Amino acid sequence: MDTKTINQKGWLYVLPVVVLVAFNAIIPLMAVVNYSVQETFGNNVFFFEGVKWFEQVLHSERFHASLLRQLAFTGIILAIEVPLGVAIALAMPRRGPWVSVCLVLMALPLLIPWNVVGAMWNIFALPDIGMLGRMLNGLGLHYNYTQQPLAAWATLIAMDVWHWTSLVVLLAYAGLSSIPDAYYQAAKIDGASSWAVFRYIQLPKMKRVLTIAVLLRFMDSFNIYTEPFVLTGGGPGNSTTLLSIDLVKIALGQFDLGPAAAMSIIYFLIILALSWIFYTVMTRGEGPS
Amino acid sequence: MRRLLPTLYILFLMLPVYWLVTMSFKPTTEILGSFTLWPQAFTFENYVKIFTDPTWYNGYINSLIYVAINTVISVVVALPAAYAFSRYRFLGDKHLFFWLLTNRMAPAAVFALPFFELYSAIGLFDTHIAVALAHCLFNIPLAVWILEGFMSSVPKQLDETAYLDGYSFWRFFLRIFVPTIAAGIGVAAFFCFMFSWVELLLAKTLTSVAAKPIAATMTRTASSSGYELGLLAAAGTLTFIPGAVVIYFVRNYIAKGFALGRV
Amino acid sequence: MARIALQGLRHSYLAHPQSEQDWALKRLDLEWEDGGAYALLGPSGCGKTTLLNIISGLVRPTEGQVLFDGIDLTDVATDRRHIAQVFQFPVVYDTMSVYDNLAFPLRNRRVPETEVRETVQQIARMLDLEDMLRMRAAGLTADGKQKISLGRGLVRADVNAIMFDEPLTVIDPHLKWQLRSKLKELHQRIARTMIYVTHDQTEALTFADKVVVMHEGMVVQIGTPIELFEKPHHTFVGHFIGSPGMNVLPCTVEGDKAILDGQHVTVQNPPTAALDGKRIELGIRPEFVSFAADGLPVAVVKVSDAGRYRIVETRHGTSRVNLLVDPDVAVPGYGAKLRFDPAYTRLYADGWLVE
Repeated sequence: MDTKTINQKGWLYVLPVVVLVAFNAIIPLMAVVNYSVQETFGNNVFFFEGVKWFEQVLHSERFHASLLRQLAFTGIILAIEVPLGVAIALAMPRRGPWVSVCLVLMALPLLIPWNVVGAMWNIFALPDIGMLGRMLNGLGLHYNYTQQPLAAWATLIAMDVWHWTSLVVLLAYAGLSSIPDAYYQAAKIDGASSWAVFRYIQLPKMKRVLTIAVLLRFMDSFNIYTEPFVLTGGGPGNSTTLLSIDLVKIALGQFDLGPAAAMSIIYFLIILALSWIFYTVMTRGEGPS
Repeated sequence: MRRLLPTLYILFLMLPVYWLVTMSFKPTTEILGSFTLWPQAFTFENYVKIFTDPTWYNGYINSLIYVAINTVISVVVALPAAYAFSRYRFLGDKHLFFWLLTNRMAPAAVFALPFFELYSAIGLFDTHIAVALAHCLFNIPLAVWILEGFMSSVPKQLDETAYLDGYSFWRFFLRIFVPTIAAGIGVAAFFCFMFSWVELLLAKTLTSVAAKPIAATMTRTASSSGYELGLLAAAGTLTFIPGAVVIYFVRNYIAKGFALGRV
Repeated sequence: MARIALQGLRHSYLAHPQSEQDWALKRLDLEWEDGGAYALLGPSGCGKTTLLNIISGLVRPTEGQVLFDGIDLTDVATDRRHIAQVFQFPVVYDTMSVYDNLAFPLRNRRVPETEVRETVQQIARMLDLEDMLRMRAAGLTADGKQKISLGRGLVRADVNAIMFDEPLTVIDPHLKWQLRSKLKELHQRIARTMIYVTHDQTEALTFADKVVVMHEGMVVQIGTPIELFEKPHHTFVGHFIGSPGMNVLPCTVEGDKAILDGQHVTVQNPPTAALDGKRIELGIRPEFVSFAADGLPVAVVKVSDAGRYRIVETRHGTSRVNLLVDPDVAVPGYGAKLRFDPAYTRLYADGWLVE
């Protein structure tokens, strides 16, 4: 169905886009690459250091720890948000007056500024004056997310699930809505069970949307900064210091340009590699569409 | 029974929201002093403070300004680019498209310091346009991706017929093509607005006073020891409004399922 | 095997229908003989798909009953009515092979694998799908997929009737007739009731032994293709069937004679009762109109060549009259007069045949 004409004039049309994006992407990245291979002692004097910073970062325990925390975080929320979102989308009616209302309410968390999300949960989970904190402690749990790493993690994950599951729901619901009624009717006639309907009709038809949902959630959770920062600041201690938080600490906090730059590049490469792996795995077996 | 899950989920979503909103109507004494599910001493004082203090309400205005600028820029430049990707093949087009998408997956943290230096160097530090431009890094690829999807489902015969009828390219584009993909433009604008409105790190990094977004004003208060929790809650509650308004306008599209064009 | 009866059926998609227009299906009683090949013919929106879905159980009728062999199945679910349905566009399970698609309804009913294999092979052979059994269903063309849909209906031994809801809609034109012949051949082989919904008269008239013509939620006529052609019970049937359709001319009645433009016209069905207040029309097919020395004066407007004959369009006042002539018959330039064959000229009151 590809009936595109070869037209090098196309470059003119994409020029504004290329300029704006390149300005924001290439120049800073060039600066980052620059810093990553140089050392400075101030006064804008730089010395070339080769791969010293890369080695330092790659061998640093601090980096390993942050990376591990990040992988754990992303893994957990993917494992929760994707099945949960799909389950909610499946449980929703296919049409009717409630659908709009539900979808609108579900979309609300997606449009709240990320710092407000963090602040909201920060207050909500406060052990003494927050609703959640009070409830949990009232039930007998000894809960204080500002001091206990486990509680901090649980709160962080709850916050992210609260924040982003709706994205999966909306995407999955969109995929489900595109299934014509005739499929369900035919399945009825064929005597298929609801599990069979899910496995042979709904899941295959949702595959494309789910791929988008998983990729988006993977990328965004791997890059997350604001919400956890406002919620816990990376603490208690550095138990919830995820990759971005650590990077910003080093770059803007300590102004360690070299290590920050090297870490940035490694960070970017990791996410590119993992995204590519995810993408390939999820679209495996799909021919040209 | 099946409806139980969505119902519980929505209740779960509304709980923190409810808590924040009720807190915004409580005086600080009540917040710190006792635990109440509904404001005992219902008060508007927090909102009054926000609407009368320029440092607060300017925060909203600043945010809305740069979000609007960014949405307009992103969609406007994305339109011709998406058209080119949809209709033409040119040297390096696939690679270019892929490169654009990689920017969407870049960690904002990586760009915090470089942006700070870059925009300072060109004298745009602490301006609305700086944040608007910085957000282009993520929003333009997204807009191009969404628009290309919608454009590809418009048959080429439309273009050809218009040319046969004597339309010049721009007249065709503006008068015929754009109205056809109006839904796609709406979706792209929605996502650009959404992302720019919610993003904090870059917005905070690139501003200090003049273009300070509401997000930054709020964080100033968040770290204080709780005196101004009510104020914080009110400020947070007010940030729901633009989002709610936007959702209201696209509610029919949400019900129809985004229709991302690629879905 | 079953004879299907619809009694007192009426259906509205609205919760509280008020007027006649709110009913998608007006009251009807219908019987489908066991093993018949039926076509349900009518324009879009006439209610044929609604009727089909009521028979198969996908829609529950607002009023009335659906009986299979005398047993009331109105409230029985689709999968227990022993029917199969082929939809407008192919419904296949993309992730399964053609074999698994065909086996699916049997496996759901816990049929033993050996029997499954036998049946699937047999049906695949009937539908020329044998070579493709191992292929992924998603990879077939539209007509192949429709065959799979059909096959899933045929594999079940207990199927009473097969419904077709405009099944050739997405098939390429040059494959349509192939599939149509296959369906006809199948019907002759397996002798099960087949109900074929379509808005295409060619499909209906070539497939069916009996055609049920529907218009605005009503069954207008049931008959063999010949009956529908030669004796339409309703002007709509006259219009819809045949190309060009029947000519319909407004006229008046005096006693038992029809008057057209001041002239007396002999009709096959002179009225026996009074027809006051009704809209009277004369219906005659172009095949039965000819030029004559004396008759209805008309002006010739257009002559089209259709190969074996020519279609002449004439005008009388505001009415149009079409007729078919042999290629070697001369078409008068002016002063043309038309003669209607009395055996096929009929009176219609308010659209319905006067009897």
